[in-house]
Amino acid sequence: MLSVKNLFVKVEDKEILKGINLEVKAGEVHAIMGPNGSGKSTLANVIAGKEGYEVTGGEVTLNGTDLLDMNPEERAREGVFLAFQYPVEIPGVSNATFLKTALNEIRKHKGQDELDALNFLKYMKEKMRVVGIDEKLINRPVNQGFSGGEKKRNEIFQLQMLQPTLAVLDETDSGLDIDALKIVSAGVNSFRSKTNAVIVVTHYQRLLNYIVPDYVHVLVNGKIVKSGGKELALELEEKGYDWISNPKGEAVAV
Amino acid sequence: MSTEVENVEELTLKEYKYGFETDIETDVIPKGLNEEIIKLISSKKNEPEWMLEWRLKAYKHWLTIMDNEPSWANIKHPKVDFQDIIYYAAPKKKPELKSLDEVDPELLKTFEKLGISLQEQKRLTGVAVDAVFDSVSVTTTFQEELSKLGIIFCSMSEAIKNHPELVKKYLGSVVPYTDNYYAALNSAVFSDGSFCFIPKGVRCPMELSTYFRINTSGTGQFERTLLIADGGGYVSYLEGCTAPVRDENQLHAAVVELVAHDNATIKYSTVQNWYPGDKEGNGGIYNFVTKRGACRGVNSKITWTQVETGSAITWKYPSCILQGDNSIGEFYSVAVTNNKQQADTGTKMIHLGKNTKSTIVSKGISAGKSNNSYRGLVRVHKNAANARNFTQCDSLLIGDRCGAHTFPYIEVCNKTAKVEHEATTSKIGEDQLFYLRQRGISQEDAINMIVNGYCKDVFRELPMEFAVEAQKLLSISLEGSVG
Repeated sequence: MLSVKNLFVKVEDKEILKGINLEVKAGEVHAIMGPNGSGKSTLANVIAGKEGYEVTGGEVTLNGTDLLDMNPEERAREGVFLAFQYPVEIPGVSNATFLKTALNEIRKHKGQDELDALNFLKYMKEKMRVVGIDEKLINRPVNQGFSGGEKKRNEIFQLQMLQPTLAVLDETDSGLDIDALKIVSAGVNSFRSKTNAVIVVTHYQRLLNYIVPDYVHVLVNGKIVKSGGKELALELEEKGYDWISNPKGEAVAV
Repeated sequence: MSTEVENVEELTLKEYKYGFETDIETDVIPKGLNEEIIKLISSKKNEPEWMLEWRLKAYKHWLTIMDNEPSWANIKHPKVDFQDIIYYAAPKKKPELKSLDEVDPELLKTFEKLGISLQEQKRLTGVAVDAVFDSVSVTTTFQEELSKLGIIFCSMSEAIKNHPELVKKYLGSVVPYTDNYYAALNSAVFSDGSFCFIPKGVRCPMELSTYFRINTSGTGQFERTLLIADGGGYVSYLEGCTAPVRDENQLHAAVVELVAHDNATIKYSTVQNWYPGDKEGNGGIYNFVTKRGACRGVNSKITWTQVETGSAITWKYPSCILQGDNSIGEFYSVAVTNNKQQADTGTKMIHLGKNTKSTIVSKGISAGKSNNSYRGLVRVHKNAANARNFTQCDSLLIGDRCGAHTFPYIEVCNKTAKVEHEATTSKIGEDQLFYLRQRGISQEDAINMIVNGYCKDVFRELPMEFAVEAQKLLSISLEGSVG
């Protein structure tokens, strides 16, 4: 589904990603782990098409379609969803209005009919139950005055509403207490299906107890230095990143 | 990205959709300003002697200050040549129209094109319109129906003829001709505008509105509007305005006076969409307007709501004089500037009576290379016990080539007063845009969404139809604003 080949990315003349290769198939969950500053969020942002990143080499395709040529909204309509590490506030725009616009843009792109207010409301109520989000939050302006946990839950609610093909979760666990973490993870798990894929970007292993990945990749200094199954995350938790970034023996590469 | 922006900027070229010109036979007087011209205007309008005298007094006053065009506003423009303006232009037609059937079909078509139907049966029920084309009022709808309630709604010219006692009593009573430069000029040469009188205890059952259209090249529009709500009266009034696309600057210097007596309420809403000039700042209307309301009676209330998207330059401060005890003044404003537009706009709230309250909500939006200033005065006199004011003054910047400025003046002479001022300046963040776009919303729609959210507090104050119109207008004004 998602194919990243030999991806090089610069930010203001500094090389951040140095030849990333990643193959994600439908139905899979991949975790990207790594120390601070290793390039995890850069990878997430480049997939979503954020400005300010210069791709100097390589390719990123989604089901064979070149993503790098598209602007962010086109990628979103093709099925790329980024759950933000720091969701922004949009004063005066209600969550419901925002989501109705977004959903209908995506539906239009897929050749589906736009949902009218009534059907949208019905659909939204259904998804609200899945994520256990409060009605009050829905009618409030997007993320305005939300607590950290509420913002993250709102991201997962949007994920459920928009049903993308590829979900990239950027540090979704940061700032969450254990109860919120469980709720957010349940939202992601119920999203998982044979037809979509999830990339979980995280610093800590904790989240992966709840969203169990099929593969774990370790990103250090702009390169994936080790890949493995879910047990790799536990090993990292135990030994720390130094174990991989300063290997005593042979260099590990993928 | 840069090619995308260029494409978007191309859109701005076609943005002003009211830029057409009506080909109609016009009665135009020679350019220039002198006593003869003023006498000519007055005679064209068959005015009584007292009106001409008033005009000439104003003109004589203007002559004493003619070299002192105000320069304190945060705007820049070449000196206006007042001898190079046509002060009166009117479609040629019988001086008095008995019915709509006599209105030139070209004019009806013009207003139809602007979305203003003057055919009463086709009008949305609930809105009466006075249509002003260049210097004259073309027609006023629903006059008969309103007169059954004792409401007078007509052009200023008719009011001078048919209700001289009211005009004499109120004209210049809120904005005297000595008030300021443009008010003096307007008082000397004003041509038409709307007049409305709501009698005691009457609630006007429909929205009243005036639609101003400048058509003839080289003309200035100097309209004069006077609205009076007698004890317990209520009226909601709307005005809209457009002009053809031209590469010259045209002057629009209006005066609007409102008077609210005991327990009366006046709501005055404006959607100003004069031609703003092109991307390079060529052409466009200079909108130098004096608007003021007097809350003369106890418990009276005046609300100004304005959505300012047009004009090359806007210089406008709709104000309230809160004389009556417990009177209330409100000002809600959205002012948008794009490309090379300039706006210096705000309000004055003058608290004179006891327990008077005022609210100011100003939302400035600057895009392109434009400059947008809020200028406001809150003055509490020494006798105005328990006066209250709340001011919220926000500026939003789109892009990094525009400017936003705030000049709030607060003068409090009574220690029981409570005055609050909140101000914010924000930028449409790349982060906000990326967030919305990442959910599938296009860049243009994302900007509109953010801006509309930002203006929500003001749009809420507009009558329903106008609120929708205002939102559309905003999105047109901001097309191509991100670069």
